[in-house]
Amino acid sequence: MTTRQLELIAARGRRLGMEMVFRAASGHIGGSLSAMDILTELYFEELRVDTAAPRAAGRDRFIMSKGHCTPALYSILALRGFFPEEQLALFRSIEGHMSGHPDMVNVPGVDMSTGSLGQGLSAAVGMAIAGKFDGADYRVYALMGDGEIEEGQIWEAAMSAAKYKLDNLCGIVDVNGLQIDGKTADVMPSEPLDKKFEAFGWKVIKADGHDFESLRAALAEAKAEKGRPSVILAKTVKGKGVSFMENDAGWHGKAPNAEQYEQAMAELNAAVAKLEVE
Amino acid sequence: MSEKKATRAVYGEMLVELAEKYPELIVLDADLSSATMTKGFAKAYPERFLDMGIAEANMIGVAAGLAACGKKPFANSFAMFTAGRAYEQIRNSVAYPGLNVKCIGSHGGLSVGEDGATHQCLEDLALMSAIPGMLVLNPCDGNEMRQAVLALIEYEGPAYMRLGRMAVENVTDSVEGYKFEIGKAAKLREGSDLTICATGLMVQRALSAAGLLEAQGISARVLDFHTIKPLDGEALLAAARETGCILTTEEHSINGGLGSAVAAFLGENCPVPVVRHGVNDEFGRSGKAELVLAAYGLTDEGIAMRAKDALKLKA
Repeated sequence: MTTRQLELIAARGRRLGMEMVFRAASGHIGGSLSAMDILTELYFEELRVDTAAPRAAGRDRFIMSKGHCTPALYSILALRGFFPEEQLALFRSIEGHMSGHPDMVNVPGVDMSTGSLGQGLSAAVGMAIAGKFDGADYRVYALMGDGEIEEGQIWEAAMSAAKYKLDNLCGIVDVNGLQIDGKTADVMPSEPLDKKFEAFGWKVIKADGHDFESLRAALAEAKAEKGRPSVILAKTVKGKGVSFMENDAGWHGKAPNAEQYEQAMAELNAAVAKLEVE
Repeated sequence: MSEKKATRAVYGEMLVELAEKYPELIVLDADLSSATMTKGFAKAYPERFLDMGIAEANMIGVAAGLAACGKKPFANSFAMFTAGRAYEQIRNSVAYPGLNVKCIGSHGGLSVGEDGATHQCLEDLALMSAIPGMLVLNPCDGNEMRQAVLALIEYEGPAYMRLGRMAVENVTDSVEGYKFEIGKAAKLREGSDLTICATGLMVQRALSAAGLLEAQGISARVLDFHTIKPLDGEALLAAARETGCILTTEEHSINGGLGSAVAAFLGENCPVPVVRHGVNDEFGRSGKAELVLAAYGLTDEGIAMRAKDALKLKA
């Protein structure tokens, strides 16, 4: 796919995510917008998945460890064809099973139920170990938040991934610098992330989380690494694509009101329209 | 009488025994393999044994990932750390998605002994029972443990099983017609005046207590609840109707374990007096296992005494 095509998918994903959160009057839009390009690159370029056989044994696995970002995950899964876009209308609704956090039982394409922060990487380690046991060639990807990695379990998992030399595992950190209470640097400083992961035995790769070529190169580098897991530290902007939401922790888990929604959609529609013309 | 053996020892042997038949069996431990008795499996099948270090939360999460890929993981630590430390990982990463992870808690209850309160988990059965869809097992002796492991490896879904540290006498092997079935209490002794519902190492004590009561002219039925959840309501209804009062006994807090489950079930379905014998909203303490159990009244005599309290409540 061309970069332009990927940008268009991500722009549509942002629009779908915004609609989901507005319709549900709840949900996590800020981190979903920061992760949208990463998810687009993964599902439209990187992951070996088959929408007709979402549980195929040999598929690549993706775990949304920052599970609150379902507006991004579900949008991309719908755009990729795992289920019809109309199903997104049931996000967080009692009428359906599109739960607020990823549900592997009810939502096609979801590989692991997550939402309680810090738990996804461990499951990814288990899947990667299972792949090694079976001599399977699938890869496992886990997307974490830079706030999420304050959870100690992430570092337990990081140690174990290095112990078992899981070069079939690729962690990605959505480094948007913000969490609910404010800047990660103020709430609980987690930097320097590169040195931390390196010290835990991981290959560290830095990328621009909104640049598809940068992400693609990082993923290729991770795939080429042998004998240890890789982590991509993807620098992103929380709220990316909506001017008044960018870099504002207040938009972590808040739905826009009607006026804000209209403004946000105007910006997101303009982005889609521009890419469609091009 | 056969030689006394801890249920954890039989469990460890069973893992080795089942390894060839179940190539998907993966055993995880958190740096306690000598104590949880997974060491034998680790030695025989090193490539299928994952020592996850002192990191129980990650161990459970890794087990969830393995199960999601079709493996049959058995994740082991002390009850305190499996059910306590990793409670939320079991709830959210294992039980919510319904993954086939067997969470094993060794060294449950006061009989941990010398290590004291921090390691004497008295809440594991309560915590695990509170999670929707969890199977919760607490076998009483080696014979029962053997059959429980055979059943557990065939069972598909999230489960917790408690193992004991202390060597215990085999009692179920000499009961005629004894059959282990998940969710079905085993009747180990017939009786008509009251029913003692026991679990874990209190089963042997309940049988001895029934003997003490018999000498005093009291006929006590003994039901062995190796399965805490799902609770065998049928056996309870029969016990309530036929014996008219119930005593529960467990090496666990009286809150949230077998006693609570039995009282709640009968309160809703067939109200009869239910007296709960166990640890009364207290922490444990250090000491030789048998002496700690005695200090908390978890003895034959303690059961017999509470049985009489239950009988007094009988109309």
